[in-house]
Amino acid sequence: MRIRRKSKEVAADERAIESGENAIANKEVAGLTQGQIIRRRFFRHKAAVASLIFLTFIIVFVFSAVDSQFGPIRTRGWWKWSPEELPDLRFGDCPNDTIGCPTISLVPKFLGGAGIGLGEHPFGQDDIGRDYFSLVMKGTQRSIQVMFVIGFFAAIIGTVVGAVAGYYRGFIDNVLMRFTDFIITIPAVIVGSVIGAKFGNLGAIILAVYLGLFAWTGLSRLVRGEFLSLREREFVDAARVAGASTRRIIFKHILPNAVGVIIVSVTLLLSGAILLETALSYLGFGVIPPDVSLGLLINQYQDAFTTRPFLFWYPGFFIVSIALSINFIGDGLRDAFDPRQKRRITKKEKQNARAIARSQA
Amino acid sequence: MSEPILKVKDFSVDFWVDGLWYPAAIKMNFELHPGKVLAIVGESGSGKSTTALGLMDLLATNARRSGQVLIKEVDMINVKGATLRKFRGKEVAYIFQEPMTALNPVYTIGFQIVETLRNHFDMGPKQARSRAIELLTMVEIPSPEQSFEKYPHQLSGGQRQRAMIAQALACDPGLLVADEPTTALDVTIQAEILDLMRSLKDRLNSAILLITHDMGVVADMADEILVMKDGLTVEHGSSDQIFNRPTHPYTIELLAAVPMLGSSRKRELRVARDAEPVLRMRDVTVQYPKRGRIPAFTAVKNFSLDIFPGEIVGLVGESGSGKTTVGKAAIGLLPIKSGSLEIVGKEISKASQRELFAIRRHTGIVFQDPVSSLNPRLPIGESIGEPIFLAKLAEGDELDKKVEDLLESVELPRSYRNRFPHELSGGQRQRVGIARALALTPDLLIADEPTSALDVSVQARFLDLLLALQDELKFACLFISHDLAVVDILAHRIAVMQNGLLVEEGERDQILNDARDPYTQRLIAAVPVPNPAEQRKRREARLASKK
Repeated sequence: MRIRRKSKEVAADERAIESGENAIANKEVAGLTQGQIIRRRFFRHKAAVASLIFLTFIIVFVFSAVDSQFGPIRTRGWWKWSPEELPDLRFGDCPNDTIGCPTISLVPKFLGGAGIGLGEHPFGQDDIGRDYFSLVMKGTQRSIQVMFVIGFFAAIIGTVVGAVAGYYRGFIDNVLMRFTDFIITIPAVIVGSVIGAKFGNLGAIILAVYLGLFAWTGLSRLVRGEFLSLREREFVDAARVAGASTRRIIFKHILPNAVGVIIVSVTLLLSGAILLETALSYLGFGVIPPDVSLGLLINQYQDAFTTRPFLFWYPGFFIVSIALSINFIGDGLRDAFDPRQKRRITKKEKQNARAIARSQA
Repeated sequence: MSEPILKVKDFSVDFWVDGLWYPAAIKMNFELHPGKVLAIVGESGSGKSTTALGLMDLLATNARRSGQVLIKEVDMINVKGATLRKFRGKEVAYIFQEPMTALNPVYTIGFQIVETLRNHFDMGPKQARSRAIELLTMVEIPSPEQSFEKYPHQLSGGQRQRAMIAQALACDPGLLVADEPTTALDVTIQAEILDLMRSLKDRLNSAILLITHDMGVVADMADEILVMKDGLTVEHGSSDQIFNRPTHPYTIELLAAVPMLGSSRKRELRVARDAEPVLRMRDVTVQYPKRGRIPAFTAVKNFSLDIFPGEIVGLVGESGSGKTTVGKAAIGLLPIKSGSLEIVGKEISKASQRELFAIRRHTGIVFQDPVSSLNPRLPIGESIGEPIFLAKLAEGDELDKKVEDLLESVELPRSYRNRFPHELSGGQRQRVGIARALALTPDLLIADEPTSALDVSVQARFLDLLLALQDELKFACLFISHDLAVVDILAHRIAVMQNGLLVEEGERDQILNDARDPYTQRLIAAVPVPNPAEQRKRREARLASKK
């Protein structure tokens, strides 16, 4: 093909972008890649960013506090006690004649407290004297691991089922979606109890894998809907005319465009997963002793609620804060991936802009 | 002269984006008198819709208005809440572009008109109903009593637009703002709606603020014209003055870019008709199969057409006539039910998947919608290079080089290879679409309404480019369009479709000057010409022939 360089027209074209259609709306995204745009929108969501930092902090803190294991890699914890050790149970210096009360103190001395410090057993001790801080750390580790494993398997199954159903439509879609409906009709807790009773003794991770096999339904419906609309877009036809195979169309052309939906719903699925795990363990069908998880801790010490409520608070705090921060992150991601999302202008910004306009006038 | 109904003084609108105010309309000044039509014209992004919506504070929350908008001596910039609502609908009514989205789909059109009436007048339901039926009669909806009970989806596009006009006229507003009122309609229906608006304006003595990019519509309707560019008023004057004696270079440029029916030079045909046709369609029928309870729909019936090497054939028809279906079937994207379809001598309807891949290497397609036709997650270089890569003709650096050559041939900078579609304007995206379609130097190019989403000046450049490339590469082209003026510029031959049937087919000049089929004649007569005097003549001739 002969090359015709018309630099004048190219320059005119550059100007045309400046003044072209949606020029004002595009000011915000000029010169950025899709990823950068999404990142920028995400970082604008204050609660989501705070939650992301908080969650990262919790994960790092929890996994470094006591011994943990990732496959063959073992790490030593920096905390002095481990869940297996049996230190002496503290008597006497607790209020209301209880035993093993927490030593953590958050009220500084000049306000009449005992000063800020962790003490020997910051979260207290359980009935036989085990350090409750290390138990909570271990339990949180388990719960987070279970959460990610459930999320991983649910994401893969949900995406594949949804993509295949949405792309092929017709008979395949019918079969897959009726199967999905069937799974949805079984309450998650009942499925979990049966699985827990059957496979709970194989360890928490195996249990999580099985739970993941039942948690994908919502995701697959969303992905299917996204595929149904994306497959009608003209770039899919263009790829077909270019000679792309079905596999290439699904994975190269459609899936990257559906990634927003997938990421958002997987995050929200994760917070559901951690609640499912704690619920099952609380009912006694999930993680079983000697393993520890947050739900299991609450279950084990529910009788102590009236006398020693701290055995309840600490695992509860971790459950709520993890689920909450994941939900916030999911919220932020949804806003970031939604192109229709318009930024709200705060009053302060409006005033600032007015002041600038006035000073220029 | 009567008192103006709308006075706009130094009216500006700015939008807040990313920490800065960007002006969308700057210091607008105009007046509108009862019974007059002021047209605001300009390309997309020029601020014409912003101005129209800004009059009644219908803009997004990140907009700021300043200046004066006087209606009945009340400044619309400062009024809020109940006072503003009293003006909306009663003094100023809007007609929007897309009646399907502007009417609420869960209510009957009668209900929606009654709602407007009862919001503004102390009126009983019976009285409102009879007034609504009166209004529906006035906008010439067939059997208004029954249409009152119909939902928007039960009406055709033209009838929906009539219903919306009836709703807008409910309170006898002094000012009617029509924002691209006919852009979504076919030309024959557009002509009817414009006739209706003209007669209503004369009868009710209301003023119309017409926002449009279509110079033909402007020539048909406007008394006064205001040309906008980048938020600024470029030129403002009477219709005659703007069309016949434009002074500003931008106005001159804009008018020059408008394709005019019958004005382009004759395209000489150097086509060897005895050669093997690139595309041969014989009695092709395309049917969308039955889905659930929706019965099978035959989109194209017994369609026959040959396209010879180096020839551009224009396929025109109104929406729903099946022209896009023909385009998709011709490239094997839709299966044909009966008949035969050959591309470069190979039968496509019975081809296996592998043979289909081979046949498709001889074809390329340019789509209508510049937003949806490029994968937003791929850099445009990858989109363009995909056919070459999949045909295993080049890889790595060699592929990059080819992609850059292609970009250059469609007059885009080589460096654009790594850009993403959202960074490009609509016209640039369509040029990327051409580059992709031409990547394998095809024998047959299908162009499916490639310019319908573009501004006239961008369209003019796009058509020039397409013609230049065609002269150079000599591919055969099926150019699908609803715009006869565009087809007139490009095509050697024209085929006209209606309701899935080929109505007429022939040499360009024969179709345009001497159409035999009454539908073709009506189609040509309905196209508005961007020249006020000539358009008046055409309109009168059309109305006379109707009687």
